[in-house]
Amino acid sequence: MSNFLQYLFLGLGKGAVYATLALSLVIIFRTTGLLNFAQGEMAMFSTYLTWMFWEQWGLSPWLALAASMVVSFGLGAFIERVLIRPVGNAASNPLAVVIVTIGLFLAINALAQWIWGTTPKRPPPIFPNGSVEVLGASISYQSLGTLAVLAVEVVLLWVLFTKTKVGLAMRGVASNTESSSLAGVPVGLILMFGWGLAAALGALAGLLTATGGSVAGFDSTFMQVALIYAFAAATLGGFDSPVGAVVGGLIVGVVAELCADYIPFIGEPLRLFPAFALILIVLLVRPQGLFGKAQVRRV
Amino acid sequence: MTVNATAVVPESPVAANGRDRRATLIRVVLWVVGLAILYRLPLLLSKPDVVKLTGIACFAIAALGLNLLTGYNGQISVGHGAFFGIGAYTTAILVTNNGWSPLGTLIPAAIISLIVGMIVGLPALRIRGVYLALVTLALATMFPQIIIKYKDLTGGTQGLDFEPDQELTAPSWSGLKDNQWRYYVVIVVAVVAFLLVRNLVRSRVGRALVAMRDNETAAEVVGVNLSLYKVMTFGVSAMLAGIGGSLYTMNSSHVDANQFGVTLSITILVMVVVGGAATTFGPAVGAFVVVMLPELFPASVPKVLTPAVFGLLLILLMAVAPGGIVGLTKQAVAWVRARMGGSSPPAPPEDAGGEPASIAPTTPS
Amino acid sequence: MTAAGDVPLAARSVAVADVLLRVTGLEAGYGPVQVLRGLDFVVGAGEVVVILGANGAGKTTTLRALSGMIDAKGERTLRGAGDGATEDVSLKGRRPEQLVKLGIAHVPQGRGTITDLTVEENLRLGAFTRRDKEVTSDIASWYEIFPRLGERQDQAAGSMSGGEQQMLAIARALMSKPRLVLLDEPSLGLAPLVTKELFERLGEINRTTGTAMLIVEQNANLALRIAARGYVLEAGGIVAQGTAAELRDDEAVRQAYLGY
Repeated sequence: MSNFLQYLFLGLGKGAVYATLALSLVIIFRTTGLLNFAQGEMAMFSTYLTWMFWEQWGLSPWLALAASMVVSFGLGAFIERVLIRPVGNAASNPLAVVIVTIGLFLAINALAQWIWGTTPKRPPPIFPNGSVEVLGASISYQSLGTLAVLAVEVVLLWVLFTKTKVGLAMRGVASNTESSSLAGVPVGLILMFGWGLAAALGALAGLLTATGGSVAGFDSTFMQVALIYAFAAATLGGFDSPVGAVVGGLIVGVVAELCADYIPFIGEPLRLFPAFALILIVLLVRPQGLFGKAQVRRV
Repeated sequence: MTVNATAVVPESPVAANGRDRRATLIRVVLWVVGLAILYRLPLLLSKPDVVKLTGIACFAIAALGLNLLTGYNGQISVGHGAFFGIGAYTTAILVTNNGWSPLGTLIPAAIISLIVGMIVGLPALRIRGVYLALVTLALATMFPQIIIKYKDLTGGTQGLDFEPDQELTAPSWSGLKDNQWRYYVVIVVAVVAFLLVRNLVRSRVGRALVAMRDNETAAEVVGVNLSLYKVMTFGVSAMLAGIGGSLYTMNSSHVDANQFGVTLSITILVMVVVGGAATTFGPAVGAFVVVMLPELFPASVPKVLTPAVFGLLLILLMAVAPGGIVGLTKQAVAWVRARMGGSSPPAPPEDAGGEPASIAPTTPS
Repeated sequence: MTAAGDVPLAARSVAVADVLLRVTGLEAGYGPVQVLRGLDFVVGAGEVVVILGANGAGKTTTLRALSGMIDAKGERTLRGAGDGATEDVSLKGRRPEQLVKLGIAHVPQGRGTITDLTVEENLRLGAFTRRDKEVTSDIASWYEIFPRLGERQDQAAGSMSGGEQQMLAIARALMSKPRLVLLDEPSLGLAPLVTKELFERLGEINRTTGTAMLIVEQNANLALRIAARGYVLEAGGIVAQGTAAELRDDEAVRQAYLGY
């Protein structure tokens, strides 16, 4: 039983990380209707920025993260304006948009390798080492901290989406671009804001993934597997639902952990299998996910 | 679009007939010259270049398969690296574990990847567009994990290496070096695969695939059995990727888990898009360009940036030339002809339904 | 298009004292297809003007060109906003959100609401360009004018009937405090009684707020009742114009567009 609790806590901690990246995916889906396959690589790049601000510029870990989020916001907005928008909208042109985000994937990955090389970097520690005992199982400060960060992020996003004009405009653009534009919403700026926000949150997700990941540090590929977990989370929760991303993330984290621990066939090497299976099953059985309002746009 | 639009200008039957004959002649000459070049090349080039060229041909076969699925049928796969890997490992395992001759593994590699492709194609009946891309991306990311999981069989990250006596070697009667023999084997398979796909695309089946891509409901109305066609297309497409992987392993005599990750899947997709989705020659052109272009970069451009160049090229192509290199060439040829002759010859038959309409940015109406 | 013994309506030029919107030589289309072939018309301050015309005459295109949804050639100017502003502002090349700021609101055909947002959120979004503090009280006053909206303020707009959604779309457009509202077939798909109520409300709004309206309608009996003037659009050109009374009395207009 205490083993089970242990695995549950581990899974929740990992799930919180997936949820943060899934939130980025959901924000972009909600504003532009597209699945951003480059989200993981954008987060990877941002994590290098955080590392650079900390290790090379000497900022404190949290300050480095804040700086990285600001820069990432600008980069995200820039990517939308310069690379995504000229290709057209996702609904009329799904293949082209997929290919553009794949192109982005390649470009960002190569750029990071060029700038920072391939030797793993040690991420700045944002949570203390150690753990606390809960009901006989230990839960690390890393997991607790990640869950707390996720909670804060969710509250802030909720306020943004429901209490602010920008959030209202983002939801308006997602639902009906033309009418929002006619209501005076600068659609282009809102799309840039959505991408910027997703990129900034990606910086957070990247750092959480890196600090919770391999002790050897992170390299330019470390977000590729995390992206699939995040996609599983977003698929399960519903691509248009921030709540779904969080619940989906936590479920995916716990399920993947329990499967790896209890199903010998899956074990450690096939960790990704539960995520893959979840994506497949949800898309087949309930494409809108658990919390998605609309039917997934099938194009 | 312009290529097709100019092609429907009515002409007098006699003139059209004359042009037809001339166009056929040109095409025959081009084919003969092309095949002659393919035949002569290994005799002229150094060994590393022949090995590289053989690799390009293997990728071209895989890209040919992906083009059938994504270009003509509009089903997006970011997971063809996995099918390539299945073919590669079928060959590697049968050769190193079971003592098969390399060439003998081609058929099982094809059959296994065909079956796996059809199984993966089943969910594609319900999952479409970007969501299918997502499922295939997840598959591609998971593939190396599967290889590592079964490392007793696959060698995991260490991989499998052919013993010298297991490698694909030239028979003594041919008088060729091993690398030249492998080249010819791969080229023969590639040309056969190319002709098969070309004829398939031009047939009734091919028109059905394009019809499904452009308008599924309409295709259903005219009586296309969507489910069967989609699953078969997925299977054949995966089979070609598997054949490419099998041949690739025969050429390199080595496999390991790190070769077949997401990057490979993306590379094959890049080849299709850069060459020209839904064009006959696009995959081959794309495979060649993607492998060879980095050689042309000045030394000041670090090799590690190569994917960045392709990434940006991909984005640029989507914005300005969704038809890729082949599409651009066709446009250029049509433009030159229009400038010179005033009227245009019949469109090359490969254009029948070959427009990459699903990729071209469509203006919302 | 001529009424017996009268000056042909097509030949008239109407003198409008206080011009708010002036359009000259408006040309627009979709790709190679030209829809509008040089329209000249004006809308006075606080005036209700109706554009009549059959399907495909170019009515919707006219409105889309005016609100910046599509590119168009030809000059169109709006009188400068604010007190003492005399300079006309050119509307050419401006994006929809900029035109909203200048005072033009567009209620597009059929789908003017944002269906995933609640009624209240739709109205708040309508006030996106405003910076003042009266948004909440304005929303309350729209709930008085359209009580059905007040009852359903927290419901998704998409869950309401066509008539209610049309009311919401109009209220949403007016939340931006426009000087000119473009209404595209507001009666489309509505029951006759609902349509009648809708036009009564539009007339009221015009009288109380002084907002000018350019209304496009296929069946225009009701529209002409609240309109001061009208234009008849055929195949992308204006073929007749006159006061509402003149248009109502014109035999040809009556037969073609009023149905009696």
